[in-house]
Amino acid sequence: MGLLMCPPAHYGIEYEINPWMSTRRQSDPQRARSQWSDLRHILQHRLSLQVEFIDAVAEQPDMVFTANAGLVWRHKFIASNFRHEVRRGEVPHFIEWFRRRAFEIVRLPDELFFEGEGDLLACGDVWFAGYHIRSDVLAHQRVAEIINAEVLSLELTNRWFYHLDTCFCPLDAERALYYPPAFDRYGQEVLQSRIAELIPVCAAEAQRFACNAIVADNAIVLNEGCPEVRQRLQQLGFTVHETPLDEFIKAGGSAKCMVLTIT
Amino acid sequence: MPRSVVHISGHIIDSLILPKILDIIISLGAEFQILDIHIGQRRADRSSARVQIDVPTEESLQQILAKVKEHGALPLDTEDEVVRFEAAPTDGIFPGDFYATTNLPTLIRLDNQWVEVEHPEMDCGIRVLPQSRRAETVPMHRVKKGDFIVIGHGGVKIVPMERHVPREPFEFMSSSISTEQPKGLMIREIADSMIRVRAAQGRILVVAGPGLVHTGAARHLIELIENDFVQVLFAGNGLAVHDIESALYGTSLGVYLDKNIRASEGHEHHLRAINAIRKVGGIRQAVKQGLLQRGIFYSCVKKGVDFVLAGSIRDDGPLPDVITDTLQAQEAMREKVRNVSFALMMATTLHAIATGNLLPATVKTVCVDINPAVVTKLCDRGTFQAVGLVTDVEPFLRELSQYLRQGDNPADARQ
Repeated sequence: MGLLMCPPAHYGIEYEINPWMSTRRQSDPQRARSQWSDLRHILQHRLSLQVEFIDAVAEQPDMVFTANAGLVWRHKFIASNFRHEVRRGEVPHFIEWFRRRAFEIVRLPDELFFEGEGDLLACGDVWFAGYHIRSDVLAHQRVAEIINAEVLSLELTNRWFYHLDTCFCPLDAERALYYPPAFDRYGQEVLQSRIAELIPVCAAEAQRFACNAIVADNAIVLNEGCPEVRQRLQQLGFTVHETPLDEFIKAGGSAKCMVLTIT
Repeated sequence: MPRSVVHISGHIIDSLILPKILDIIISLGAEFQILDIHIGQRRADRSSARVQIDVPTEESLQQILAKVKEHGALPLDTEDEVVRFEAAPTDGIFPGDFYATTNLPTLIRLDNQWVEVEHPEMDCGIRVLPQSRRAETVPMHRVKKGDFIVIGHGGVKIVPMERHVPREPFEFMSSSISTEQPKGLMIREIADSMIRVRAAQGRILVVAGPGLVHTGAARHLIELIENDFVQVLFAGNGLAVHDIESALYGTSLGVYLDKNIRASEGHEHHLRAINAIRKVGGIRQAVKQGLLQRGIFYSCVKKGVDFVLAGSIRDDGPLPDVITDTLQAQEAMREKVRNVSFALMMATTLHAIATGNLLPATVKTVCVDINPAVVTKLCDRGTFQAVGLVTDVEPFLRELSQYLRQGDNPADARQ
């Protein structure tokens, strides 16, 4: 498993595009850098994952959340079409990074919003896609054609959980964490019917971004302060690595948001 | 009344996007009609549907269109769309992009008028007869050069099975296949349906495999035939051979059915039975000449039940009545399923699926087999209206005939 990360060199709360963000509640740049480095250290040295890096770009504070840059499918990079203008400037930089590494670049029609792996997660053979708040349902159907896989779109109904990766986390082909109130009843029904063991996360830990976890085989990395989820995962046989990421929660992101799966 | 048609495609079934859109339409005070629906065969395949929305005011139409668009339903202007057709290039070949039929009632828009397609059948084309303003399904091998065949999906709509039919007994069993269901209740409902069909002068089709004779269930089927619960019977060589073996020798596959012991040289019985029938020219002749005096096929001849015996590669003989050309057999079956309103398939895989392929979705279909895979396979091949019952055929038929007997007095049947 290979991951793409972007250092938080230009990270900060410079606009408000989700309820977590407040320009009056700035992040501490030094703490942010240190938390990001700790996460990187766990991934590279404790989990021995291959991590690659893209340079941070001035005036693109959210580039640190690489999961939203697009979706990597084999040799293709399906670039995001951000809903908010303020993030669209990230796209050419990611495209350039992938182009240099000989990926085939795929663009969706401009009118279809798509926010990459943030709204698209595989659980076994089936992909689940979050739509309505950020990505468009029609964008996911385009992606389904490109990757030739089943993509089940789930409406996200709680603006605090605006990307699928903030309220849903596949653990393996049969198990996943989720925060039920982030979905409507159709979405909940789809998840229940398609995932053998669906583990609900309580409100307090969902707000600590328990679902925004990085899963690498048996190991799971997530924000600290999610004791119930940690215990449940340990019972299931996972090794849990907790690391403080509250500087990034100020922007509505956590562990999973900061990595994009590239292999 | 303002109206619009929207198109929805993608993985809209398992994601519940389609039902959600339909619920949104209803919740906003509008009505919908599914004009057509195409369901992907494999998980990765996309499905698509066209849904017509009728609303009281133009304003609410715009509101609904905006709302359903968020879930991927895009408006289509199809009111003026007429069906397109093209001449078949040669015998037995459809034009490219031919419309492949479902088993649902289907209409085509011909000269600003919706025309019903005759004889709905899955996996066929639609032949248009423009001069007589008619349309009918046509299987691939029957198409003739120059026949006008519908192409594309425009101007074609299918009428889905009712979503909100008044509750009738059959609804209870809809679409489920389970080994865990209370069979008694289901069998009683099957009996009630058959009684209603008979009372309405409808036609009941039975499709049966030779297991019916081996398990000693033939006598129950004979009772059904004698009491006018069977108008058409489809089977293969096997059912007829073992039924006749049993009539002539008292054995099935050489085993005495009443004693459950093997007859000496019994394995030859079915061959001798075939030979005897071949000698007189067929089943009807055997009955006429007094050679065949009992059994399923004796009763069929006596009661005037239409039967079609379709051959297969493993047949012994076969009996002269068996149609050995598969296309001819299919045609004979196609002819006989017309006007059938109830189909009961028992202990047969290939004949059940073959018949399922020919039946319109409006025909109530019950499939009984000890192997759940048979029932599942039937539904998977598109006969989605089939109700499955996983059980041995003998106890099923015994109980069914008992309910049918009681059913002459409905009050008793409900005791």
